[in-house]
Amino acid sequence: MFGTALIVFREVLEAALIVGIVAAATRGIGGRARFIGFGLLIGLVGSGVVAGMAEAISGLAQGMGQELFNAMVLGLAVAMLAWHNIWMSVHGRELAQNAQALGTQVRTGARELSVVMMVVALAVLREGSETVLFLFGIAATGNTSPASMVAGGVLGLAGGAAVGYLLFAGLLRVPIKWFFTATSALVLLLAAGLASQAARFLIQADVIPSLAAPLWDTSRVVSNESAMGSLLHGLVGYDAQPAGMQVAFFIVVLAAILVGMTWVRSRNST
Amino acid sequence: MNRLAAAAAMSLAFAAFAADEPEFRLVIENHKFTPEKVEVPAGKKVKLVIENRDSTPEEFESSSLKREKVIPGKSTGTVFIGPLKPGEYKFVGEFNEKTAKGVVVAK
Repeated sequence: MFGTALIVFREVLEAALIVGIVAAATRGIGGRARFIGFGLLIGLVGSGVVAGMAEAISGLAQGMGQELFNAMVLGLAVAMLAWHNIWMSVHGRELAQNAQALGTQVRTGARELSVVMMVVALAVLREGSETVLFLFGIAATGNTSPASMVAGGVLGLAGGAAVGYLLFAGLLRVPIKWFFTATSALVLLLAAGLASQAARFLIQADVIPSLAAPLWDTSRVVSNESAMGSLLHGLVGYDAQPAGMQVAFFIVVLAAILVGMTWVRSRNST
Repeated sequence: MNRLAAAAAMSLAFAAFAADEPEFRLVIENHKFTPEKVEVPAGKKVKLVIENRDSTPEEFESSSLKREKVIPGKSTGTVFIGPLKPGEYKFVGEFNEKTAKGVVVAK
């Protein structure tokens, strides 16, 4: 049971961190809970569908379908997070002022919320489909009783969700003055981290070269398997032995979003 | 100019696919890898062909090789690794971590 719980926890953690961050980052926008809920639902249903199609996906693109699919899901999530942050660079101040004044919610932002919904759905879909495959595997082997499997699954899910919630609740304690700066920094790093993961899949599919692999090795300081390593991986795409190309993706996406944010802000202030 | 660029891109793409990497085969059976130790040349890109004979899916995962790939039951998957520095790189079948273990040794 605990073996099952641990694996499910690891898969859920990454998605939970993303959901925790975007749930906090959309504070003050009316109707966000509903959109995030829909995102979770779409992600869960999608997980089942993707898991069911795993074999078909694997067979695509000369056996590299899975890598390209993962890279695509990650790429979409990066684009959505970029859009969110650029939107926020204009609306964040307004949201902060509103929250300070009355605790009211901004009514505009349906498009922004759809973007957030997609981020949540994509995050859940990616990690969820692997979890479904794993649980299916256990169920099929029959070594584990269904009760123990379900208990493990629920325990792992609850654990992952708890960490995501802690992050969300912790972020809400940040003073409103700094709040949107903090969440926007987190989203920025999250997007860059996901881009570096996308690069890893493209390298794996042999679509792009790895460029100096690894560029550095910090596995003795913080290994990928350690709790700290997993947490940092989920938050900023930490990798103890990153390929040069991963770092390049990270930097390019980080810079592109920053430029976009600055550009939109300057255009709006004049 | 455009045509030249397209031709260059195509020949590059072709070169990427046509390059024949040394190929190594792994079999997953009863949630175990055979062989459990794969010796590969260092400093070269290498192709791992992994055949899953079990009816359940397995995820080939290695953080040191930076690879993760689900191999559905009764199917075969390909994973490119390297170029690697000489050394040992552990991998596991994440869905059956207790039994499915192995190591790639780059020399």
